[in-house]
Parts: sequence; structure tokens; C-alpha cells
Amino acid sequence: MFRNTYDSDNTVFSPQGRLHQVEYALEAVKQGSAAVGLRSNTHAILLALKRSTGELASYQQKMFRIDDHVGIAIAGLTSDARVLSNFMRQQAMSERMIFNRPIPVNRLVSSIADKAQVNTQEYGRRPYGVGFLVIGSDRSGAHLYEFSPSGNAYEYYAMSIGARSQSAKTYLEKHFEEFADCSLEELITHGLHALRESLQQDKDLTIHNTSIGVVGPAGEHEHPALRGGFRIIEGEKAQVYLSSMRPKETEGGGTATPAVPDAPPAAPGADEDVQMAE
Amino acid sequence: MNFSSHSTMNPMAWGNLREDAYPEPFGAYSHNQGVKPRADAFTDGVQRTQQPIVTGTSVLAIKYKDGIMMAADNLASYGSLARFKDIQRLHAVGDYTVIGAGGDMSDFQYLQQILDDLMVEEFAAEDGHPLGPAEIYEYLSQIMYGRRSKINPLWNSLLVGGFKDGKRFLGYVDLLGTTYTASTLATGYGAYIAQPLLRKAVEGREDTLTEEEAREIIKESMKVLYYRDARSLNKFQIATITEKGAVISESMSSETIWAFAEGIRGYGAQTS
Amino acid sequence: MSPSAQAPIRHDFNPYTENGGTILAIAGADFAVIAGDTRQSEGYNIQTRYAPKVFRLTDKAVLAVNGFAADGNMFVKKVKQRLEWYRHAHAKDMPLHAIARLIQTMLYAKRFFPYYVYNILGGIEEDGTGAVYSFDPVGSYEREACRAAGAAQSLVQPFLDNQIYFKNQQAAPGSPHPAHLPLNQVLALVTDSFTSATERHIEVGDGLEIYIVLAKGRNSNELESLKGVAEVTTASEAIATGERLFVLRRELKKD
Repeated sequence: MFRNTYDSDNTVFSPQGRLHQVEYALEAVKQGSAAVGLRSNTHAILLALKRSTGELASYQQKMFRIDDHVGIAIAGLTSDARVLSNFMRQQAMSERMIFNRPIPVNRLVSSIADKAQVNTQEYGRRPYGVGFLVIGSDRSGAHLYEFSPSGNAYEYYAMSIGARSQSAKTYLEKHFEEFADCSLEELITHGLHALRESLQQDKDLTIHNTSIGVVGPAGEHEHPALRGGFRIIEGEKAQVYLSSMRPKETEGGGTATPAVPDAPPAAPGADEDVQMAE
Repeated sequence: MNFSSHSTMNPMAWGNLREDAYPEPFGAYSHNQGVKPRADAFTDGVQRTQQPIVTGTSVLAIKYKDGIMMAADNLASYGSLARFKDIQRLHAVGDYTVIGAGGDMSDFQYLQQILDDLMVEEFAAEDGHPLGPAEIYEYLSQIMYGRRSKINPLWNSLLVGGFKDGKRFLGYVDLLGTTYTASTLATGYGAYIAQPLLRKAVEGREDTLTEEEAREIIKESMKVLYYRDARSLNKFQIATITEKGAVISESMSSETIWAFAEGIRGYGAQTS
Repeated sequence: MSPSAQAPIRHDFNPYTENGGTILAIAGADFAVIAGDTRQSEGYNIQTRYAPKVFRLTDKAVLAVNGFAADGNMFVKKVKQRLEWYRHAHAKDMPLHAIARLIQTMLYAKRFFPYYVYNILGGIEEDGTGAVYSFDPVGSYEREACRAAGAAQSLVQPFLDNQIYFKNQQAAPGSPHPAHLPLNQVLALVTDSFTSATERHIEVGDGLEIYIVLAKGRNSNELESLKGVAEVTTASEAIATGERLFVLRRELKKD
């Protein structure tokens, strides 16, 4: 594990100007199973890989509905996610109570980012150990945001978080220019391809370990009367999308993306006060 | 015992069986003074608005083809005294909304401050989600209902008119938190005197009335109110809220004829 | 002189008013009908000709609220938010009998500053039967087959007692009174109740909104042929349990 001189208190900077506790919190996000988000002109979608602790256990919950128009996928500590998603639900409802409108997605994301920032600055607190991908639709269209424990929140065309998410990101970076004009079905297929990149060699996406979250008009495989609010597609209903994936490239295949490490290796040097150990 | 509020015991309330339950607008000049407050240990404790002091009278508003038109006169009365004769009772909130108020003017100015602060916050956000008339109406209703629930009301009847995203909005909210929307609205005495005129002229014609026609209807109603409402003034403003935004006019007045009054006993110079 | 006589005259602020109108609900064997007029008034003034008093809570529960409109609107808003939290927690809609108990709790919580509102809840129970629950302003409630409330309660309820419960009616030998009436008869009774109340009560009129909840699998034939019916079933596929919700709008006299 890590061990540093300046990491016992998140309110103290290291001489290199870093807050180690915050960086460890970001590690907690990387420990969580991967989640992918992407966006077209009409839809924003989430895809997440659910883990199970064993044959006897159920799969973890990776997605939460916040309001009719907003949903999230999480990576990291599920218990922290429940606290934050509860807060988001409260914010969404109070916007409806006070102004009788759905909360603008950017304001909702800012509100949790501000909350997370406080935890990086106040004594006696710890940062949240969870990252979110947030999708939502409001009067300015469909959106995708990433929220992280450092208190940052950015809007993206496509993004991935969690374990081995760099591989998914590589896929997204290669294909994101195609997303804008995609149908919902094409967009989900892209998302599944990206999510698949984050899998270990011997694993595959199944109806048991895959969650799909959507905002935007009903797709071909959905009930036509469905309003465009946030919904989660899981289990049997996910089969049709999983079947749409192109078969995985075999090892050494022409277009297979090379394995990419989770993070660029830390450059050794004088600015490094981390002594790393497994 | 005090029986004065009982309608059968109070000659001023005869023929108006409901004055107990539904006093005159704002209660400031009701004949029926109602039940006197009991004096107990808490009477001088927390000060709350128990009655309006400086009051504005009616506000009128209608829907028309291009948006909303609203009017209110420039008078703020102190009881029966015409105390302030250049008061604005129409107030723009942001680019899409105008509110108009009757009732206590200090409470109204307090509301203006709250809404202006809210709009400054909104402006600072600059994120493409500005508050429109429907949102401001909901917000205002929550304030009004919240204050009535603390038995500390803001003593007003308010109209909210606006135009945003191609849609007209017109709503009413008062000191009880009572809300409603309609294509013609009037507060105070206007609810009795002008509302029937407005309904006759507007209902069913909301989508065809031109601005000129709407202005005529509003002006005519303001004139009738000036003739009949002793707490009104022949100096008023008209606001329009359309696609082009909110515009509150300069003050104007109606042509009135009082010659007929000469012949009315008790009004003119008759001595017997 | 008593001290109160010297004190300056002040108006006691009355935080309540009464906004007129009437609501009613009738339970069938496998449907429920919940209706209300759309006039809102205060004293002799019509405030608006269209202010709904009947609200969809879920696809199988509809709430009608009558009394002080500001309290009514706030109450409905709060019930809806509680139902939203239930959906977040359980990923399904709250059952009707649970909504009824929730409403009782919420009303009684304000026992000493009540919501001045008479509530009637109608819908389909988990066993597929039509149900009506009626409440007083502080939460006392019971399940019934029919109930009217509001300004014209005293006109409508006796009519319903006679036509639904067959009070003061002697059944012909060998043909007992039915326990439940068919939907088309119920709709006729509702419309007649409101047209009659409109004739005789000044606070009733302008418009009529009738919500119809059909149990899972029940055919909607009677409704298809009616003018002005719209289906308003909205639950997402994930939580839908098969009930269908319709609204029927009618004009009432405006005088």
C-alpha cells in the first residue's frame, strides 16, 4: 500500500502541493467496477459492469434513479453513493417543490461537487470514496457529466470511470465522433463495446452483469408510449442489446486495441514524494 | 358579549350574508370590523401583520394574441387618505415576467426585493436555465403559503403575467396562498367590478385579440374602476409581456365625464 | 371599559378560506371512478373556471381534494413527493391501502393546524378490486363503496345512497340489489350528480373531470365509445402492474 508523510490529514498539502487523501479517494473510484457514459444528439446513456462477490451473492447496484430526468452510475464505495444519491434526490425534489420544474442537470451536478469539495478542505472529514457518471435531459438537451471525490465535475461527450476504465476510454476516444448521429440502439452497442474493453480476459458481458441506463425518447426495442425519462435496462430486457455486439476480437487480432495500463506510470523524479509498494 | 360580527345583528352586513367568512378585499375599509382581538399575555409579543396599512387597490390582467396585458393604478392609500400618488404597482421580474400587486405596499416592496435577489442569483448562474413566469409564480406561491402558515402573512393579492418559449402565463396568488390561473384575472374591487367586463370581452377570444383591442378593454375597465372604486386613481400603467419581452408603460389616464354628478342628490350642490 | 374595547381595532387573520366545488368517487367490482368539478370560487366570486381537484397519484390511485384550495394543492404535492420516495426505495408504486394510511398519517400530523381539506382516494387494490377511501380533515378514514364531499355533498350523497346502496329501495322478490354497478351506469350517475349539483348549488359548475381506473386485464370497451376520453396511463414499463387510467372531461353550466 501507499505510505506518505503528508497523507494522514486531508487538509494538509504535501510539499508538492498535493492532497494525498483526496488522491487516495480517487483510487477508491478506480477500485470500483467500470461504468461508461456517452451521448448522442438525442440520448445520453450509461453502461455499468455489476460485480458479484460470489455464486451465493447478488450483483451490486450500479445505477440509481434520481428523478424522472436524471440517473447515475457509480464506481467506488456504494454506501457513499447512497448518501450522495439521496442528497441528489432531495435537491431534485426541492426544485420541483419550489419552482415546479425539473432541476437543471448542471446545477444538480454542481451541488454534489460543492459538497465533495468541502470534504477536501475541512478538518475531521474524509472525501467521498465514489465517482459518478450522471446523465440527464433538460431544456438544453441530453447531458453526461462526471463527478469525482476531488470536487470536480465536467461535462463530456463520452466518459468512463472505475477499474480498467482506461481501456474503455480508449475505445470512446476512437469512436466519439460517430456518437452524435447515432440511434439509441447504435449508441448502446458502442457503449457495450467500450464497457467490454474494461473486462478481464476470460470474462464477458451477460444479462446478469450489465446495467444500461437511458434518458431520451423510446428506442426500437422499448414500449412506444414510454416517455423519455431515465430508465434502467437490465436482465432479459438487456439481451437484445447484448446480442447486437460484434464478436470480440481474438488475441492478436488485427484491430484489437493493445492493453493500456489503468494510469500512466508515475514519472520518477524529485517531485515525487510517494514511495510505492504493492 | 360581542355580537357585532354576527351578520343578522349587523345592519351593514344585511344582504351580504357571507361577509363574516369573506370580508372585503384587504379588509382595510370593511364596514364589518369583525371580532375584536382578545388581549392576552401574548398580545404584545411577536409583531405580525394583522392588517394592511398603506394599500394599493385592484390589478387587472388578460391574455391576448401576443401575450399578457396587465394594469394597475399609481395610488397607495392610507385608509381613506390618498397618501402616495406616484407608486408603481407593476414590477418586472427578469425578462419574461411582470407581477402586479394589490394590498399592503410595504409587503409588496419586500417581495420585490426577494424576487430581485433571486433574479440576481439566476443571472449569475448564466447556464441557460432562466426562471420563467411559471417558475416565479410557483416560487411566489410558496412564499405566500409559507407565510400564511406561520400566521404572519404578506398582505397582498398578486398577479403574475409572462411570456416565455412561445407560451403565455397568467396566474393569481394571495395572502392565503390561494392560487389559480385563468385568461382574465382581477384583484381587489376589480374582482367584482372589472372581472365580469373582462370575461365578457376576452373569454374564447384569447388567441385572436390584438394588442390594440386588448388595450381598449383594459383601459375601459380601469375607467369603470376609477368611477366606482373610491380608493382608485385616474393615473395608471399598463404592462405588456410578449415575445419581445416585458414593457411597463409610462403613467396614463382615462377621459372621464362627471357632469352627470351635478344631478345626483348628495353629490352636487343641492341643498335640500 | 374592558381592555379589549380600548385596543386599536385589528382584524384577526384567518388562515383558511373555502373554495367551493364538489368531488365524488364510486368503487366498482374491478374499477373505480373519481370525479370533481373544476370551478374554484370564494364567496360569490368565481376565481377560475378550471382548477383541477382530482389528481393522478399512480396508475392505480387517484386523489380528489376539496375545501381550502391552497391547502389542497400543497397536500397533493406532499403526497406525491412521499410516493416518489417510495418509488426510489422500492422500485414500484405504493399500493392503494398503503397510500390511504399514508394520507391519514400526513393529515393527523397536522391535527392542531389542519389541512382544511376533505380527501377522497379512489383506485384499485392489490387484489384487483375497486376501492374508495374517504377522509376527514384530520385523518379519520374508512373504505367505502361511494362518497361525495364538498359544497354539494348534502345534495349528492343522499342520491348516491339511494342509487348505489339502494337505501329506501325494496328489491323485487327474487332479484336482489347488485353489490356493484356496471361502469356505464356508474358514469351516468356521476354525470347526473354533477349536472344536478350545478343546477342547485352556486359553487358547482364550469367543468367536470372524471378519472376512471380499470383493474388489470379489464376491458375498456365502455370507454372506447365515449367522446372526450383520454388514456393517461403513464407508469414506466418497469413498474407497471397492468392497471389503466382514463380521464373523461365534460362541460358543466357556467352560470
